[in-house]
Amino acid sequence: MLNIKNLSKTYSSAGEPVHVLRGVDLDLRAGERVALTGESGSGKSTLLHLIAGLDAADGGTIRLEDIEVTALSDAGRARLRRNRIGLVFQQFNLIPSLSVADNLAFQARIAERHDAAWTKELVERLGLGTLLKRYPEQLSGGQQQRVAIGRALAIKPSLLLADEPTGNLDEATAENVLALTRDLVTRTGCGFLMVTHSLHLAATLDRHLTLHAGRIA
Amino acid sequence: MRRALWVLAVLLSHWRRHKMQFATLLVGLIAATALWSGVQAINQQARTAYDRAAATFGGARTAMLVAPDAATFPQELYVKLRRAGWPVSPTLEGRVQVNGRSLRLLGIEPVTLPVEIGNAPRLGASDLSSFVAPPGQTLVAPETLSDLQEAEGASVPISNGAKLPPLRVLPHLAPGVLVVDIGVAQRLLNKPDQVSRLLIGQPKSKPAALASVVGDQLQRVEPTAETELERLTDSFHLNLTAFGLLSFFVGLFIVNSAVGLAFEQRLPMLRTLRACGASARLVNTVLVVELVALALVAGLIGLVCGYFIAAVLLSDVAASLRGLYGAQIPGQLSLRPEWWFAGIGISIAGALVAATTSLIKAIRMPVLTTAQPRAWQQRQRRWLVLQSLAACAVFAVGLLLLGYGQSLIAGFGLLAALMLGAALILPALLELLLLAGQRAARRPLALWFWADSRQQLSGLSLALMALLLALAVNVGVSTMVETFSRTFLGWLDGRLAADVYINASDNGQGVAIRNWLKERSDVQAVLSGGRADTQVQGQPVELLGLPDHALYRERWPLLEAAPQAWTRLVPGNAAFISEQLSRRLNVRIGDVIEVPAPGGNWELDIVGIYADYGNPKGQLTVNVAALIRQFPQTPQTRIGLIVAKENIPGLIGALQKQFALDDRSVADQATVKAESIRIFNRTFAVTSALNAFTLGVAGIALFTSLLTLANSRLPQLAPLWAIGITRPHLAAIELTKTLSVALFTALLAVPLGLLVAWCLIAIVNVKAFGWRLPFHIFPLQLVELVAVALVASMLAALLPVIRLARMQPANLVKVFANER
Repeated sequence: MLNIKNLSKTYSSAGEPVHVLRGVDLDLRAGERVALTGESGSGKSTLLHLIAGLDAADGGTIRLEDIEVTALSDAGRARLRRNRIGLVFQQFNLIPSLSVADNLAFQARIAERHDAAWTKELVERLGLGTLLKRYPEQLSGGQQQRVAIGRALAIKPSLLLADEPTGNLDEATAENVLALTRDLVTRTGCGFLMVTHSLHLAATLDRHLTLHAGRIA
Repeated sequence: MRRALWVLAVLLSHWRRHKMQFATLLVGLIAATALWSGVQAINQQARTAYDRAAATFGGARTAMLVAPDAATFPQELYVKLRRAGWPVSPTLEGRVQVNGRSLRLLGIEPVTLPVEIGNAPRLGASDLSSFVAPPGQTLVAPETLSDLQEAEGASVPISNGAKLPPLRVLPHLAPGVLVVDIGVAQRLLNKPDQVSRLLIGQPKSKPAALASVVGDQLQRVEPTAETELERLTDSFHLNLTAFGLLSFFVGLFIVNSAVGLAFEQRLPMLRTLRACGASARLVNTVLVVELVALALVAGLIGLVCGYFIAAVLLSDVAASLRGLYGAQIPGQLSLRPEWWFAGIGISIAGALVAATTSLIKAIRMPVLTTAQPRAWQQRQRRWLVLQSLAACAVFAVGLLLLGYGQSLIAGFGLLAALMLGAALILPALLELLLLAGQRAARRPLALWFWADSRQQLSGLSLALMALLLALAVNVGVSTMVETFSRTFLGWLDGRLAADVYINASDNGQGVAIRNWLKERSDVQAVLSGGRADTQVQGQPVELLGLPDHALYRERWPLLEAAPQAWTRLVPGNAAFISEQLSRRLNVRIGDVIEVPAPGGNWELDIVGIYADYGNPKGQLTVNVAALIRQFPQTPQTRIGLIVAKENIPGLIGALQKQFALDDRSVADQATVKAESIRIFNRTFAVTSALNAFTLGVAGIALFTSLLTLANSRLPQLAPLWAIGITRPHLAAIELTKTLSVALFTALLAVPLGLLVAWCLIAIVNVKAFGWRLPFHIFPLQLVELVAVALVASMLAALLPVIRLARMQPANLVKVFANER
């Protein structure tokens, strides 16, 4: 479902080129749950951003189902994200001025893929029923991350990308949130790629990859 | 479309959670639109009135034939021209007194009046016979009828006892004009067979050459796009426009500050929108749509507010224009659709201009942008350098305008350059001051005070620039008005030398009054003056005749004079010239000017220059006996009397009883002076009101900036609270910081304001009105303004500071919990 070949990315820092990714190859099947670990600066987040079309690669290809992500324009990448990719960040990135209910339905609505029954199921599974009218600032970190996961899954994505989704949560909450995510991923059948520092959490997924010096080890 | 609506809904949800910020944005837009459109409404009302006046049966917008050196000429010339194929129509013009009011009487000949001229088409064929056939009609504007407190159809007597034909309202006629058949006008003005000018219509075939028909007795005057009245009032309207523009820009400062802050706060939201698949184009388009929609709503509210501002100020403006230029502006505000469209347009354009930087940032924003405070600080520093360079360039333009500019526009250009340059350089000056403070600080809290003030500067600089401009304009205009007020009062004391002023209805009454006064022992002296109108080098000039009396020598103020100037005036071959006319004609003491008189050119040596504030016409003062010799038609109706103070009421009462004079025809010096001062004060009432509005808007700008900044200040303040500085202490520090930068801004505004005053007095006033005032500084006024600025800043800072002092510790803890 996700096929990455020879992916490279170089940044410029203080005038010096930094080769973050040096030919990454990666395959991910539908319904597969993969953890990506690696030391800080190894390029984990960059890889995730490139897959999501948040940034453009310098070389190589990314193919998601029938679409070659690396060949898309900015607008095309936005369309891809809107319709097929769910994104979860460490900082939750909820819209502070929208209620929990509106945040949950937000991406599905702009993708015009809002499914009330599925959203209701997500609310129940994520335990957000009593929080729907609250605003993000009135939620704990764990609650906010559950809303962010719900928002990402509300579109029934082909691929769920999570960038250290438990990085801001305590251990118990992190396990709880990840368990929920695993269940929902299984329920939707989407692919799941999670960047994490925690080897313990990485071990709970189907496959564990390590990124080292810009390559999958 | 639905996608766009969802994105719009998300963007709008920000305002729901930040109501104060939303109010700030709207207030800025409303204030900017209201003040600008209010001023434009007044200008438009005045210009419509000038157009009506110009279009009254052939004003300055019609080609005409006039006598080169006389007010009227024989009707026989008109007959000759008609026979020679000239499509001319005669008019006769003069002034009459009706119900104590002086009105312009215009006689027309409706049959020959060219159809393309002014109001002619409105005088339909069916009305023609009733206008021409006895008793005829007097056409008046609705405002004039109401001013006269008469009904349509009334036959009103004029001061010489004759009666006007029945009044009939003709809408769109200029106020203050009575239009009658030319035969009636000749009878009422006692000018049989005389004509003031001949209006020229479209010739069907080429007529004979003018000179071959009338020789050099008549000359052709081409139509002008701008009337004399428009030229005279241009500077007044330019002043109003400048104020409107300044208020508009101060309003835009608020909008810029609110939009900038909203953008900063919405950055994460924009990033999330993009991460969720909303394309950059969609988000940017919706951002612009949102702004335009807000500008539309605010613009409409602003227009309604502008209408009310205009309605409130209009009576003062109308009084000023009447007092200064004799222009008649209807007190009822009527607005054209263009005004509404222009108002909405300026609101939208202003909002887009104010939001440009934020919109560009949004358009260029990469979706993965993260906070880079240090890079941001360096960008700010580069921006400060660029801004300072721009300020230097603007100052250089100002210097060029000062050195080479000759027009009124150049004067305003200099003012604009001065203020813009000062506003641009203010953040750099404040940065230098705060940096010096930081370097001098030793104690850690003091160090933080200066360093944090520097960091806050970028967020506050726009509001401080607005405050600087508003204060400088206040200092400048107040200094100019106070200087003018003192000079004017001193000048008035000298000019109003006589104790009682009489304006007889005609020469006959004038003679009768003088004879009667000779018998009165309570009258110490009778000073008979006279006035005549003429043209010198194409300029309308008023000739003022003064009697030779010691009182004038003692009290009439002269700015410059040749030796024995008053003595040289007596024989009749010398004159004093008003300051504005001397500038317009470039005439100095010792020069000679030629005045066209009925008997030929009258050569006058210029022996004195005097101030003549408030008179739009140029004036020459000559000996009254010489004036009557040269202009035998001069009405001898103006009489001044020297009377002991205690005898004035009795004498006025006796005059009114004996000659049936009303209050307008006889008045004591105190009444005339009070009327002049009333007109003077009303003239500057508009300026003061706009001054106060601008300062108020600047206060709001500062308040909103501080309020919005306060929300993003917690991460800076929370660590200090955490290490043991109490919230009230932090609040006190915040207040001190605001007051410090406001004080520095206010202190900088004082010299800038004095420079503005100097520009107004030495450049703008001289170009606009032709007179120059002495420059005075009023220290108490300056201290008051600085105090007002500090109080306004304190009030603006108070709410955010109180909020901080009362803030729950939980809110401060959140900063560290990363849950904000």
